[in-house]
Amino acid sequence: MKDLNTQENVVDTENVKIVARNVQVYYGDNHAIKDVNVEIEANTVTAFIGPSGCGKSTFLRCINRMNDTIDICRVEGDILIDGEDIYDRRVDPVQLRAKVGMVFQKPNPFPKSIFDNVAYGPRIHGLAQNKADLNIIVESALRRAAIWEEVKDRLDAPGTGLSGGQQQRLCIARAIATEPEVLLMDEPCSALDPIATAQVEELIDELRENYAVVIVTHSMQQAARVSQKTAFFHLGNLVEYGETAAIFTNPTDPRTESYITGRIG
Amino acid sequence: MGTTTIVILVILALTVLAYSVARNRALAGAGGDRRKLHSLPTYYGTNAAMFTGVPALGVLVIWLLAQPMMIESAVVKLIPDSVIAEGSSVGLVMSDVRRVANGLDIVIRSGGMTREAALALDTTTTDVRAALAAVGVALGSDVKPKVLSAAQAHRQQSSSGRVWMIGITLALALIGFAISVAISKPDFRARNTVERGILALLILAASLAVLTTVGIVFSMLFESINFFRLHPWTDFFFGPKWAPNFRGNSDLSILPLLWGTLYISAIALAVAVPIGLFAAIYLSEYAGAKVRSAAKPLIEILAGIPTIVYGLFALLTVGPMLVNIFGRGEDGLLGVEWMSGATAVLTAGLVMGIMLIPFVSSLSDDIINAVPQSLRDGSYGLGATQSETIRQVVLPAALPGIVGAILLAASRAIGETMIVVLGAGAIAKFSGNPLEAMTTITTRIVSQLTGDTDFASPETLVAFALGLTLFVLTLGLNIIALVIVRKYREQYD
Ligand SMILES: Nc1ncnc2c1ncn2[C@@H]1O[C@H](COP(=O)(O)OP(=O)(O)O)[C@@H](O)[C@H]1O
Ligand SMILES: [Mg+2]
Repeated sequence: MKDLNTQENVVDTENVKIVARNVQVYYGDNHAIKDVNVEIEANTVTAFIGPSGCGKSTFLRCINRMNDTIDICRVEGDILIDGEDIYDRRVDPVQLRAKVGMVFQKPNPFPKSIFDNVAYGPRIHGLAQNKADLNIIVESALRRAAIWEEVKDRLDAPGTGLSGGQQQRLCIARAIATEPEVLLMDEPCSALDPIATAQVEELIDELRENYAVVIVTHSMQQAARVSQKTAFFHLGNLVEYGETAAIFTNPTDPRTESYITGRIG
Repeated sequence: MGTTTIVILVILALTVLAYSVARNRALAGAGGDRRKLHSLPTYYGTNAAMFTGVPALGVLVIWLLAQPMMIESAVVKLIPDSVIAEGSSVGLVMSDVRRVANGLDIVIRSGGMTREAALALDTTTTDVRAALAAVGVALGSDVKPKVLSAAQAHRQQSSSGRVWMIGITLALALIGFAISVAISKPDFRARNTVERGILALLILAASLAVLTTVGIVFSMLFESINFFRLHPWTDFFFGPKWAPNFRGNSDLSILPLLWGTLYISAIALAVAVPIGLFAAIYLSEYAGAKVRSAAKPLIEILAGIPTIVYGLFALLTVGPMLVNIFGRGEDGLLGVEWMSGATAVLTAGLVMGIMLIPFVSSLSDDIINAVPQSLRDGSYGLGATQSETIRQVVLPAALPGIVGAILLAASRAIGETMIVVLGAGAIAKFSGNPLEAMTTITTRIVSQLTGDTDFASPETLVAFALGLTLFVLTLGLNIIALVIVRKYREQYD
């Protein structure tokens, strides 16, 4: 197979943030990710596309070791962030997750105030010296998540009372408040209406300035709109990886072409 | 075999017959082709059985319940005031009447007298008491003429009532049989009628359940009203003392009892809530599947132990153990003389706490499991540890539900009886010392109603007022708890 034909597409090796080598993931006996190799760049939005159940979420969750919370899940191979193996025994997965933020499919604000939602990570990790410091961190996270103007007058209101799109941007603010270097997003717009989706997409494009963003998406239009790189997964294999424009206009693998033209669902 | 039994058997036989006749008639009407029937053949049978059996048996049941009451009220009118002796009552005379009527029945059945002779019986010519004693019906005194005639009327009305009952119920069964068989033609919608019959059955069951509850509440209410007629309500609700005195003039205040109840419940909750909650957190968040599958049934066994066994445990194990620690002077563990008997607030509270642990833990477990995994993922995804996640996300999210669980546990504790009967003691007082014996509302209800009691004195009737207060208290707690839990459930649906 041409699963490994990706190397030539990675132009700028200086800028590589995440490297995956021969990654295998098993859920019990189910071999969910099969020998995936990929290099993800900093200051880039990378989209993972592919049919349902092909392992996009599973691979994404390897990058911040969220799979550790699933008993039956086993990960093999190496994943390096800035050259450091995150599956090394010396790495504390809890510390790692502060560095690799995650936004989930369904907005999941905690049943706390808007302020406390955003302050959650900074408080746990002791990022603020004092209350004033914390206020600054929360405000800047909310600003970067483009939701400050909407919530600045009701920071004490419960986060669960916001609309779906606002909740998702709150979750993004919550993730960036811990100063991560990588932001993982698992179908962040699938529970949102078109207007909220547009707002979040715009936000993702801005986040690229500071982070390596990896986004799983079901919508190929969305991948085309927000990402610079695209990876196509099929049945646990990484079939094709490269510049988004190239993948969508000129796919090399017939499976990618079938998916893009709508023949694999 | 009594006539009633025979009637029931006849109706059941008719019912079975109706089933097969209607079924076959419908099939025959369709020329044996079941596809031409509107409904499956069994529906025609069930429909006919329903029409034959249900009205007849229903009338029979109502008749059996209503007839004695109606005869009773008719016969009471035959008893003039003069027959009622000093210190006696209509009720006592009526029970004589019933006994004589019953005796006459037995005499006739055993062939000692003909029906006519029994009706013509006269106290001036026959010694009725001796005649009845001969067939084994003992009477306390000679039979007065008025009582005898009342008994004769009683007997006659019951036997004619029985004849009517047999006639009417059998007629109903036969009419039902005839109609339902007649309409069992292929295009009759038997399936739909059976459906309605089933609906009626279910409604009947539901309304019986509701009606009994209402009935219980009302009977408690009436007895309580009787109590408050005899005893000032101000003393009951605000009086200082509980000192029942069977010669009358008692102090019957609920306050000392309420104090004991609340004190013991508070100790029980102080034991059960932390242990139950921590057990639930461990089992739902930390324990592996194997530990969970072993530990959960074990905890649930604790919930299945009858409370009387907990009571024995309190009296025979926990109480003496506490006395060993806090009592017995120099011989005791602490060398103090604070506790003299095994029954004490602490004894009952500790054991009741143990009883409530599984209750709190299984409710909290359900509630913690209802917190969506996405919230935990969100917290882990921000680099929180497991205990940070539980303390700062899972428990706050589950808090309303847990409060509800605690209120439910409190209402169990307040209504609990056997443990406090055996473990708490019988002294009603206001005291803050947990090593002293104290008493609760439930134990006093038990003690006011046991032994030789006269159901007309305030000392006995107070039990109903206590019971009603307890009921209102626990009902209130349950309602608040359920509202809170339901609110919480909605939040995550
Ligand atoms: N928690 C889990 N336990 C067991 N199997 C899982 C779990 N999560 C995902 N899988 C399996 O892994 C495969 C990939 O799933 P996933 O990564 O969720 O796909 P995608 O996100 O691309 O739709 C599927 O076959 C799925 O059944
Ligand atoms: Mg997925």
